[in-house]
Amino acid sequence: MTTQTLRQGNPATIYTLPERRTWRDTLSNALIITRREVRDSFRDWRIIAPIVILTFLFPFLAQFVAGRFTEFVTGYGAEIIGERTIPFLLMIVGFFPISISLVIALETFVGEKERRSLEPLLSTPLTNTELYIGKTLAAMIPPLASSLGGMAVYLSSLVFGDLAWRPQPMLVAQIILLTMTQALVMITGAVVVSSQTTSTRAANLLASFIIIPMTLLVQAESVIMFLAPDAESPSGIGALWAIIIGMWVTVVLLLRVGNAIFNREELLGRTIDQLNLKGLFGRIWRYIRAIDLKGTPARNLIEWYRAGVFPAVGRLGWATSVTVLVFVAAVVGGYLIGQQPEWRLPLPNTDLTETATFMSSYSTMAINPLGISWIVGNNARILAAAFILGLFTFGSAALIVTPLVYVVIGYLFSQVVLAGINPTFMAAGILTHGIIEIPVIVLATAAALKMGAIVTRPPQGMTVGQAWTFTLADSFKIWAGLVMPGLLLAAIIESRITPGVVAAVLGGG
Amino acid sequence: MIDAQELVKDFDGFRAVDHISLNVPAGSVLAVLGPNGAGKTTTVRMLTSILAPTSGRASIAGYDVVTQPEAVRAHVGVLTEQHGLYERMKAVEYLDFFGRVYRLSATERKRRSLDLMDRFGLTFALDKRLGEYSKGMKQKLALVRSMLHNPPVLLLDEPTSAMDPLSAKQVRDAIIELQRDERTFLITTHNLTEAQSLANTIAVIRAGRIVAHGTFDDLARQFIGAPVMELRTAAPMNGLARDLADLVTVEASGEDWLQYRAPIPAQLNPAVLRRAASVGVEVVTLAPVSRTLEDVYLQIVKEDEKLTDDTR
Repeated sequence: MTTQTLRQGNPATIYTLPERRTWRDTLSNALIITRREVRDSFRDWRIIAPIVILTFLFPFLAQFVAGRFTEFVTGYGAEIIGERTIPFLLMIVGFFPISISLVIALETFVGEKERRSLEPLLSTPLTNTELYIGKTLAAMIPPLASSLGGMAVYLSSLVFGDLAWRPQPMLVAQIILLTMTQALVMITGAVVVSSQTTSTRAANLLASFIIIPMTLLVQAESVIMFLAPDAESPSGIGALWAIIIGMWVTVVLLLRVGNAIFNREELLGRTIDQLNLKGLFGRIWRYIRAIDLKGTPARNLIEWYRAGVFPAVGRLGWATSVTVLVFVAAVVGGYLIGQQPEWRLPLPNTDLTETATFMSSYSTMAINPLGISWIVGNNARILAAAFILGLFTFGSAALIVTPLVYVVIGYLFSQVVLAGINPTFMAAGILTHGIIEIPVIVLATAAALKMGAIVTRPPQGMTVGQAWTFTLADSFKIWAGLVMPGLLLAAIIESRITPGVVAAVLGGG
Repeated sequence: MIDAQELVKDFDGFRAVDHISLNVPAGSVLAVLGPNGAGKTTTVRMLTSILAPTSGRASIAGYDVVTQPEAVRAHVGVLTEQHGLYERMKAVEYLDFFGRVYRLSATERKRRSLDLMDRFGLTFALDKRLGEYSKGMKQKLALVRSMLHNPPVLLLDEPTSAMDPLSAKQVRDAIIELQRDERTFLITTHNLTEAQSLANTIAVIRAGRIVAHGTFDDLARQFIGAPVMELRTAAPMNGLARDLADLVTVEASGEDWLQYRAPIPAQLNPAVLRRAASVGVEVVTLAPVSRTLEDVYLQIVKEDEKLTDDTR
């Protein structure tokens, strides 16, 4: 060995960084990680042993159970139960090996972090996305191969064995797709957990947030497979398709979350798993009062509105546009549903003078504080529910809960038009207070959407935690500064002015 | 080659790195010293584009650590504090994996791996699983990994820790060899002897700040004063110390020896020797009193602690 060893060529002439990374480059780099990790997994007998057992032994056990069970229930004239147990067991045979994926996926980041082998990898030119894809694929391939292998063994034994089972091809395809999608959900979820914790113990504890919902889902799927009226349909079971689509949406969102939070800073910078509630609430409170990103508190209410609340509304950005679009679509959708003959209400074209007189007398009554608080409470409850559900559904629940009202409005509007009644009174009944209430509901819904979705794409330069805290504080600002006062004002108008306006429009004033 | 200006890194209200500026030209070695938790690793992680600076800017081999992270990491070889090897892999597989990550061709991967393993005396262990490696071997393999892609800049965290003296010498020789070939090094270490022997410049970090930065001679002069010379005579000096008082500051003396400070030894020493000869004192040796980086470092820490206490 000579000096030549270390001095080969000019520094860094060996490595050539591509000017622009294509998807092919990204995938090729990711697969370098995947290959290494899969090979490493297959060297661990603790992973190999259950995979072999679940692929080659468990299917035969399931096939034996299916056979005996079918015989048993047939003896009592309940063939249908036996028939439906077979696909159910196919799902179970596919699902069991997937549970191993959780172990591998949890191990991918936090295991490496614990063994201190992550930093050398993070010091290479691989991008965050390449590392993320590579590790996700590595966590997915062994259990998925085992799952598909197990199902193949089970199916072969059923099709070519004594039972000579001839299933609906679409049902089999559905179960295979369902299993693969479940694997994807669990792995993408586990990778998120794994990249955010600092010990395998913490990751395993947090994994219950994945296992519990998935177990409930598998139970629901089992019930559907037994009870579905369309179990024999050549196009598969409708409810299972819905679950598959729902899980795919979850996978896409989890992938986005994973990719967004998978960055070197988060992986190495995070050193504790303790929940510092005092610190968290302190930060949120500071941002609620703040007029800038540094947390400078507002000196007075006017400054808080000018530099705190209104910029927070501005930061809702795309969420506001999406909410408005969804609301418009909800009204139009409701209207179109109402046009369908099977959905029509038997509304007579009657004289509304009596209604107008009643409305007129209602508007002259003293303000009923209980009525106002009921309206405010009702609206606030719905918006708060949308906000809380949005937190756990990446914001999507906010776009389902609140627009439902607008579907109903669109529907009723179409019924009134179809009955030949002048719809102006409806417009008057909605828009009088709606001129304040609707923008307020849009803002609250957009805030819920933004709050849920922020984890999938934190702003540049912010960690997920910072973005989440900051957006939560923004949401509180919008609620305290605009939503609650707006709902109160709208409720006063709704109880005091709207009936009078409607009565006037109907001709009863 | 390494240029950092006013780097700051905050973690949830805690300032880990506080306005650090560094400049390491090509072909030189900077040793970064400091107690545990001083901010050395965080600085290295920022220079490797693993952590983003809260403020300030830095570039490695001309690439910006914030805007060109992949290019930075492609031009840096990093030896992390913990070797971080995959223990179920064989060395040959391990190096092949990292070679692929750095986009080396198959031929290049094999050649570089074999050459470097040979350079560090690990050829015999190429097909061994890394779990079977000794601590020192693991450290050397991690070093091989950091050099695999022939990077112009190497950031080494405790490069010779856990190594036997022979292995440590191999590593030091490799660093000197690469330095001659214009590679640039930033070494964080607690081994002050090693730092003194390898580094062109030294930076001492405490509580995220650079409290001293310069060559060893500069730092020694600044913190423990001008060099001290020791003169030994063949016979008792008979008042030579008194005779030299107008020339130098005598720090200590005995019957046949004395020590004096020589801010400019090249000018003062000949004058001292002439004076000794003129009074009939035969000089046996005149040599500088050995000053170690440890003396300098301890003095730096002491002064910084005093400064911190005064500020409080």
